[in-house]
Amino acid sequence: MTNPFLTHIAVAWGDVRTALQHHHIITTLGWQDVATRYRRSRVGAFWLTINILVMIATLGLVFGTLFRQPIEEILPYLAIGLIVWGFLSTLINEGCTSFIAAQDTILQVRMPLFTYVMRVLWRNTIILGHNLLILPPLFLLFTKPLTPLALWVLPGFMLLILNAAWIMLALAVACARFRDLTQIAQNGVQVMFYVTPIIWSAALLPAHVGTALLDFNPFYHLINIVRAPLLGVAPSTLSWSVAALMALIGWVVALVFFGRYRKRIPYWL
Amino acid sequence: MNTPAAFIELTGASVDFPVYNAASHSLKNRVLSAITGGKIDRQHDGAVVIKGLQNITLKIGPGERLGLVGHNGAGKTTLLRVLSGIYHPTQGQARIAGDCVSLINIGLGIDPEATGRENILLRGVMMGMRPAAINARMEEIIDFTGLGNFIDMPFRTYSSGMQMRLAFAVSTGIRPQILVLDEWLSVGDEEFKERAERRMRELVSASEILILASHSRELLLANCTRLIWLDHGQVRMDGNPADVVMAYFGH
Repeated sequence: MTNPFLTHIAVAWGDVRTALQHHHIITTLGWQDVATRYRRSRVGAFWLTINILVMIATLGLVFGTLFRQPIEEILPYLAIGLIVWGFLSTLINEGCTSFIAAQDTILQVRMPLFTYVMRVLWRNTIILGHNLLILPPLFLLFTKPLTPLALWVLPGFMLLILNAAWIMLALAVACARFRDLTQIAQNGVQVMFYVTPIIWSAALLPAHVGTALLDFNPFYHLINIVRAPLLGVAPSTLSWSVAALMALIGWVVALVFFGRYRKRIPYWL
Repeated sequence: MNTPAAFIELTGASVDFPVYNAASHSLKNRVLSAITGGKIDRQHDGAVVIKGLQNITLKIGPGERLGLVGHNGAGKTTLLRVLSGIYHPTQGQARIAGDCVSLINIGLGIDPEATGRENILLRGVMMGMRPAAINARMEEIIDFTGLGNFIDMPFRTYSSGMQMRLAFAVSTGIRPQILVLDEWLSVGDEEFKERAERRMRELVSASEILILASHSRELLLANCTRLIWLDHGQVRMDGNPADVVMAYFGH
């Protein structure tokens, strides 16, 4: 007798692997989504960059005055935090609808379902590339040098993507079945924005509150492994362990879940 | 490298179709009904299960041209989706070998804002072609559409006839092992219709297996080597086209 969990994982992994092997579908569709934005307006995906820029400026001004923090410290901190959060939160929000939005295609074309999740991931990675252009001028303006520690941003980013991908996959399956889960998830993301140190700094928290709000907040660790290196802060063992462990357990759970319901998904659409 | 021959095999395949409405698509309703022991909202999801297909066993081998007939709601579309590997049977088995393209809606994946050329790429990728293969056939496809310089204009600026031509040209530019058609594709004015017809024949004869659902007696007789009459999700008759057409259209 075979273990049902292993069967589910094999089914799900087969889907994920095929999707990645046919990466030309993912990249073509993802580029297409970004190109569509450029067709509608000349500024294209840079509209989002402008949004973030305005937000950084406003928040920097307000919080810099309010908390009397030096602007050359708070602006880079805010900028990285908002850009990374914008990436992560959009991934989760759009991840929820990755199957629902593609229902016409799913019902007509036999393609690995993970393709649709990767399409959302790829599209948003391109948009992230736009937003990253904010950082170099900002760092130059405040003559904030990058230290060798900044190299940690690469593995940090990979780990962030790995985590985002399983969250998106699991949510895409669940939201296809229960449509109102999309709203619930998006509300959850909104709440996490406020309780995660993005527009406020962790240093402002009293010690006893800090543990609860930071250590048990997975989003804090995910942001931290990307933001800290760029600010020249040494990697935190706790954040890295939590993020790595989350990726590992999360992927196993998401694969079992996806494998279990993969065949049902077209019927839900 | 030779690709293995295409075949489709269904053994006792059934499809139970849950029909969801807003209520059954809601997690809130599900939770509410669970914690109240189903007292509130007793028929908690109102989900109706329709037996789409029942216990279908059939084998389709290379070279076969299978026609599907049946009244509306007999399960033709569902069976087409099972045969193209989109629906997995809820009971029984489906084995499908070979790459399969279904031309149920040839406008699928077309982005009205993109140019004709970009849409050829998009649609081609969706049908499982590699970008290199599409680019290799690009000129031939553009040539066939007869759109000329319009090919570099956004799709939305086309007249509906031109839109159909483009969708048709790219959809028929592939060479799948298994081809699934829901009704025969025919488009355009007289001149184009003739070329389209020729192209459809080429496509059909290049595929190893053809599955064609149609209401047209002439089409089925002209293209199929075997007909299945589907009735209430079951195979009512399976045999040579002349006999099935006689029984189905004659009754």
